[in-house]
Order: sequence, then structure tokens, then C-alpha cells
Amino acid sequence: MKRTGMRASFLVLCAALLTISACTRHSGAPGVTPRAFGTALVSVSGEKQFAGVGSQLEQPLVLQVNDAKGVAVAGAVVRLSAAGGAFATPREGLTGPDGQFTATITLGGAGGHYQIVASSPTASGQQIFMRVDESALGYQEMLGAKLNEIHCIRCHDPESTAERVSNMDNLTAKPHAFTDGAVLNPMSAADLTSIISHGGVAVNKSAEMPPYGSMLTKQEIAALVAFLRAVADPPYLAQGVNYASN
Amino acid sequence: MSVRGRIAAAKAFLFGDSARAFGTLSLALLALLTVVPARDYFRDWRGVQKQYLQLIHGRNDAPALTRHFQGGVQQIWLPEIGVVDRCTTCHVGLKESTLTDVRTQPFRPHPPVPHSLTEFGCVLCHRGQGTATSVADAHNSSSSWEEPILPARYLESGCGQCHIQPLTGTPKLNQGRELLARYGCVRCHTMRAPDGTKRTGTDEPPSLEHIADKTSREWIAAWLRDPQAYAGSATMPNFQLKDDEIRDIAAFLIAQSQPYRSQKASEPAPVPSQDDAVIQQGASLYGESFCASCHAVQNAAGLLVGGNLGPELTRVGSKVKIDWLADWLRNPAIYDPASAMPHYRFDAKQIGLLVTFLSSKTDSDFTGTAKAAAAEPKQIERGRILVIERGCASCHAINGLKAPEDFAPELTEVGSRPLSRILFAPGVPNTLPDYIAARIRDPRSFGDTLKMPRFSLPQPQVDAIVTALLAQTARAETLPASMRIPARKPSDYRPAGRAGKLMDEMRCFSCHIINGRGGTMAPELTYEGTSVQRAWLVNFLKNPNTLRPALIRRMPRFNVTDAEANTLADYIMTAWQTPDFEGDASDDLRFTAADVQSGRELFYNKYACQSCHIIDQSKDKGYVGPTLTQVGSRLTAPWILHWLRNAQTLRPGSLEPVWNMNDADARSITAFLMAQKGAPVKEAARK
Repeated sequence: MKRTGMRASFLVLCAALLTISACTRHSGAPGVTPRAFGTALVSVSGEKQFAGVGSQLEQPLVLQVNDAKGVAVAGAVVRLSAAGGAFATPREGLTGPDGQFTATITLGGAGGHYQIVASSPTASGQQIFMRVDESALGYQEMLGAKLNEIHCIRCHDPESTAERVSNMDNLTAKPHAFTDGAVLNPMSAADLTSIISHGGVAVNKSAEMPPYGSMLTKQEIAALVAFLRAVADPPYLAQGVNYASN
Repeated sequence: MSVRGRIAAAKAFLFGDSARAFGTLSLALLALLTVVPARDYFRDWRGVQKQYLQLIHGRNDAPALTRHFQGGVQQIWLPEIGVVDRCTTCHVGLKESTLTDVRTQPFRPHPPVPHSLTEFGCVLCHRGQGTATSVADAHNSSSSWEEPILPARYLESGCGQCHIQPLTGTPKLNQGRELLARYGCVRCHTMRAPDGTKRTGTDEPPSLEHIADKTSREWIAAWLRDPQAYAGSATMPNFQLKDDEIRDIAAFLIAQSQPYRSQKASEPAPVPSQDDAVIQQGASLYGESFCASCHAVQNAAGLLVGGNLGPELTRVGSKVKIDWLADWLRNPAIYDPASAMPHYRFDAKQIGLLVTFLSSKTDSDFTGTAKAAAAEPKQIERGRILVIERGCASCHAINGLKAPEDFAPELTEVGSRPLSRILFAPGVPNTLPDYIAARIRDPRSFGDTLKMPRFSLPQPQVDAIVTALLAQTARAETLPASMRIPARKPSDYRPAGRAGKLMDEMRCFSCHIINGRGGTMAPELTYEGTSVQRAWLVNFLKNPNTLRPALIRRMPRFNVTDAEANTLADYIMTAWQTPDFEGDASDDLRFTAADVQSGRELFYNKYACQSCHIIDQSKDKGYVGPTLTQVGSRLTAPWILHWLRNAQTLRPGSLEPVWNMNDADARSITAFLMAQKGAPVKEAARK
């Protein structure tokens, strides 16, 4: 009787050990072998984009591994992980001859901020980390994004394209980019709504901002406010930055 | 004691006499009876509701949340749209706007959308099993589940079940529908909107009836091999043909072609010059004629520059024959009466320059230099069969072939196709969206004999098309008609008479919307007659100068005569009038110098119009709207007055905000603007 009990507990122990080792291997062992190591991860492009919930970001995320002298390292391993249903394709790989690793990012199904964590092993077996922020827009924020493209972007976006030349530099009072969280975050939703509805003069600011209260509906103005809250950088802190999680 | 002995003892204990047996059976029955309520007690949703109560416990908003909370199975029942949704049993916080800080499911509040949960339920947009009350049953999770939750990236498909007209808030759905129309999907697959109207294509696949006059067999072969190698922006898909199939199809297409003109052109075709200076002159004329408003060309950096109304011209010199090109530039309608390209009225010298420039845009890598050997009749016949098999005539007009009807499976209800009727290719996850996406990305992975060609589309475009196709559900057709937001009726407005003929020749409707018909590249002109002064209009038609300095798309010069300009102006000034201007005849608007002065103040200070418009070239810089330096010679006073009140009623979609300006301000600004005359305009002689 006693022997059976011992045998049973031994079996349980073995099973537990097996499970633990299997899990460890699953999460820890690299799928690709590094050919070189770096000491720093830097972001080249693809940070702070936004797209509809669950969608793939338009631009790929490009990260670079550098050595201690700041020179790009080819053949270093980069791994990307994200929570909340977001994922990178590919999830891991080696940096190319230019020291860069490129992946497309697909956002999770809920609106809000997503943090992509990039890691790369160093020669000493430690990991270097880097965090990249992206945002997912729900229906309301996406509606705001589209209204922005129609009505606001010509003056509020300093970037020009061939199809759309920015009017920002032609204005005396420079409009704030909608991503300018430092200025826009402290402004209340009521103030922003008032400026959009009644123009800059509503809060003693420039008349160069025209009133849109008769052009846009209340819902549309709310959508614009939601959009600029969603893309604010630094993030809009009304509720603290919440990263999406499962 | 032996095992048998133990069993015998237990039997005696439980069923020893009738009283014991009765007692035992009663206890067993009681135990059985408790199983049912116990199972019910341990259902998923009870645990979830308990968690919710713990979550809201101690929050500031707990009293309100507790008051809203209702325990037990909840249900949204909407019999007329077939909704029986119990999702709110677990998703308790959906309607709680104060829970925005909660980001864990199932308690997150629903993000703001234009529809209420109680009116529409959940599954209409999200899919899933509405009646289920366990997590796995409701959402799916095992593969091949008939009605799994829809991944968030396709959510806009829900909107498309009722909204046939594009919505600002559903860019992905709109894009998907545009792509279905632009890439010719609807020409092979029948697709009906929920109101029964057939979706139609916006592409204009060229007729191949006279193809031999336009291009060579070698070009057709190279094009069939890889259309995107000729033009990255080409919408023609890759049919993944074998080399001999390509050879035979090209042979057939040339063989079936008939001449497009019964006699030779009266003017001899120009001989393209190899002189760089002449090519440069041609390039300048290409620029001045604003060909780039519609046609794109790849620049040195490999980026496409130009519009997408007409085909890309990066390698056009490798494609077209000189005689054809000269004829096309002379008047596109000679070759294709339905072409969207205007009749430019170029003279012989201009045609020569443009032919020189365009024919210099060659790429010998594309066609190669080898001449195709003469086609054998057998090859031509085999080419004909291949053309029929591949359904080429669904898009292109071909001599002797009729457009096949229902060539490919109908897709009206593809968004609700049962998985049991789908054959999945290996490696494709067993869900409907993944199946549709895989079919678009690589149709041949589902079988070598499949006829569907491959469209090289980036992932976001594939997602958009899948979204649009998922909106094609059986449910959409059974929803009550009152829920449908119908598409705007297409207008078939066509101006009559001599002016109408001229407008058709110049293809005004390719760019301008007039009375509901036309393209969106240029301003709407429905009320142009009320808006502008006749003298300005005549002048503009003869020599379109630019009103918006920041625009790269501009009105080309059509080389019209004085008489033609007057005919057009007469028609526009009479027919394109708004009916809403009663009592505002311009005679009543007599402005004083004081009006002009106060208008200037209002223009610059109160309304800051200089943010977007230029009055004084030396200090105003805004270029969102048109330049107003000579607006007093261009627009009419009543038009400006109404425009300042509400421009959207005059030209819906204009960027001009609705000012709702009071009458005094509007009148003063009108006075100021009417005073901006610029240089005097000499009216063209009337005939």
C-alpha cells in the first residue's frame, strides 16, 4: 500500500517536471540561432501608428540592433511579443545586412494602446528590451480619423504629400497637430468640443480656426475628440495608460 | 474478506429487505434530482456574474452599477430581425459608460457606436451564437464551428448588411466594395446588394475587337505573362498561364481583331523623333496638357506620379503602335467611343510631339526583342477555346464571343456560406474569413484546375475585400426593408443639343459631377450658371487658369474655339441654375465703399478667411480654397452671399465650413469680394 503511494507521487513529480521543462523550452529556447550580438535596440520606423481594431498597421515596424559603438549589427536575433491579441509577423528573426529587422504588426480586437516588446539576446546571455507603442481605433475613433482627413488635416498636419499640401505654415497661429498630447491632453473634452463647434474664438484663440458646429453633427465632433485622444503622444492620461491585455 | 463477500455484504446492507431497498432507491433518486440544479448552479455565467459583482465592489460608481445589475440569464429578443442574444448575461458592463477603465473581458463597456444594443443585439455585427450561455459555445473556439465570433478586423462587414451607401465611419468596407468594383470581381461573380440591385464594375476593361491595330502579339504575350510587370498599377489579374497557352491566346486575339477604321487616316502618322530636345518638348506638352491628372508615370525613384483615372504610361512606348497613338491623340472616340478620355483637339504638331514623347517611354526588358513566329490555325483555334474557358469575354469585348452569363459562382450570400459546403486548402484555418482571404490571395492553392486568376493585392486590401464579401449575407436579404439605407440612385443626366455634344466630346463628366452624374476629381458644377459670370466662364473654357495653387490635378486646355466656348457658356448660364435664389437678383446688391471696408475687416479679422484664401498675393498665403484675387470678376454677388450662409447646400461636400453668417456680415464680405476685380477680362467675340 505504501509502495503504491510512493510510486504514484513519483509519477506525479515526473509529470510536473516534464511539464515545467516543456514550458520552459517553449518560451525560452530560440527558434533562430543568433550569429551576432548587439547591445542596444533602436526603432527605425513604424512606431506610433494607428489602424482599425484587429487590422494590420500600414507601415512595417523596423528595428535595428546596434553594438556598443552604435554600429548596426547584422545577424542578431530580434523577438517581438505583444499582448491583447496583437502580434507581429514574423515574431522573431535575424537582422539583415543593414542591422535591421522588419515585421508587420497586427493589432488586437479592442480599441486602445498596444505595446510591442522587442528583445534581443546579448553576448553575455542577457536580454535587451525595447517597447513600441501603437494604437487601435474603434468605430468612433476611426470615424474621427476619417473626418480629420476630410476637414482638419490640411491645417493640422505639418506633413505635405503630393496630393495634399499642408497649409499649416500659411497660418499666423500654428495649429496643433492632433498627436500633440502635451498641449491637447490638458484641454477638457468640453473645451475641444467648443473649439470645434464655435471656432478658435470660443476660447479666445485664433479666428483662423473656423467653426464646424453647423457642418458636423454632435456625434461627429465627439468622434473627432475621441480620435485625437486616441492618437495623443504622450498618451492621454485621463485614466492612465492602459495597455491591452488578454 | 473476499471481494465477492464484500459485494454480498453491501447488497444485503442496501437491498436487504423492502424497506432498505425503498430507502436506497429514494436516496439515489434524490441524488439524481440534485444533479440538474447543481449543473445549472455551476454554469459559466454564474461565475462571471459573481466576478463582476466583486469587480464593482468598492468602486465609486458601485451604487449605480449595482442598481443596473440584473442577475440571471439576460436576453435581447428582436423577433423581426431574428436576434436572440444572451451575450449580456456575461457581458454585464456593456452599457456602463463609467467602466471605461476596465479593459478585461467580459466586463468592458461597449465602445461608442451609432446603434444601441437593445435595438440591434450583438450577433448582427459580431456573429457568434447568440443563444449560447457558455463561453465556448457562444464564441466558438473549436475549428469548423459554424458561427464563430467575427475577428475584429472584419467588423465593418456588419454595417454593410444594411448600409448600401458608403459611410464615413466604415473606410474598410467602402474600400473593399470599391476594390470589388474596380478589379472586375463583379464582372464574373454576380453580387447583389440586399435590396436586390446588382453590383456593377467601375473599371472599364478595354475592348479587344481592334487590338491588332493598337499593339503587337509580343506585347499581348508579355502582358498575359505578368500584367503587373508592365504596370504595377494594372488591375488585370495574373491568369497563371503556361507559355504555350499565352502564345495561343495572343495569336487568337490578333486573329479575331478587325480594323477600327474603314479607311486610312487623312493625315499621315508622325514619325517619332529620336532627338532629346524634341522628346523634352513633348514632355513639356504632356505636362501643360495635365495628362498627369489622369495618367501616372513611374519616376526615377520608382514612385507612381499622377492620377489613376487612365492607365499608367510608364512603358507605353513598348505597347502601342505609332499610327494608333496618333489617332488616339487626335480623337480617342475614333478607336473607343466609350473612352473616358477627352477629345483634346491637338493640332498635327502637338500630336507629333506627344507621340515622340510617349513612344520614347519603352522598356525592352518587358517585351524582349524576339519576334513571334507566324501563328498556325491550330494555335488560333486553341487560343479561342482558352479565351472561352478563362472567361475573358466577361470583361473584354471580343469579336464573335458573347459575354458569358454567371461565369463564376454567385457571391450574393458568400458571407454566410456554410462551412460544410467549403473545401479548405491545406494550411488554411477552417473559418469563412480565412477561406475567402486565401481564395483571393492564391486561388490555385485550392486546385490547379481553378479558373480564378491571382490578384496581387497587399494584405490591407485583401482584408478590405474580405470585409465587403462578409457583408454579403443571407441575413442581410431577410432583414426588414425599413432597415436598409439604400444607395443613391445613379443619375443618367445628359445635356442635350450642341453644348451637350461638346461636353460629351470633352468628357466633362469624367471629372465633374453635374446633376448627380460624373466623376469626383473636379468641383461639382450643377449650379455653375448661378455661380460664375459669363465673361469669366468663356475665358476659362478657352484657357483654364488655375484657381487653386496647391492642386496638382488641373483642368486641361481643350483648345476650344470662341464659338464653342460661347455655345458652352450659353448652355451653362441657362441650364445650370439653382432654383433657391429668389429675391436675390444682383441688381439689389448695390454696395458702398463703407460696405467694402467693413467686409475687409470681417474677412481678415472676424472670419480669418485668409487662412485658406488669398486676396493679396503679397501677404495672404492660405491655399486650401481657391485664390480670390479676381473673385469679383469670377463669381456673382448672390452666389457669394448664399455661399457665406451655407456653402453645403450649393455644393455638398465642399471644404468650406457652414458659417451660418448673419445677413449684415455676409453682405459686407460679399461687397469686399465683389470689389476684387483684378485685371479686366475681355470677353471673347460672340458669334
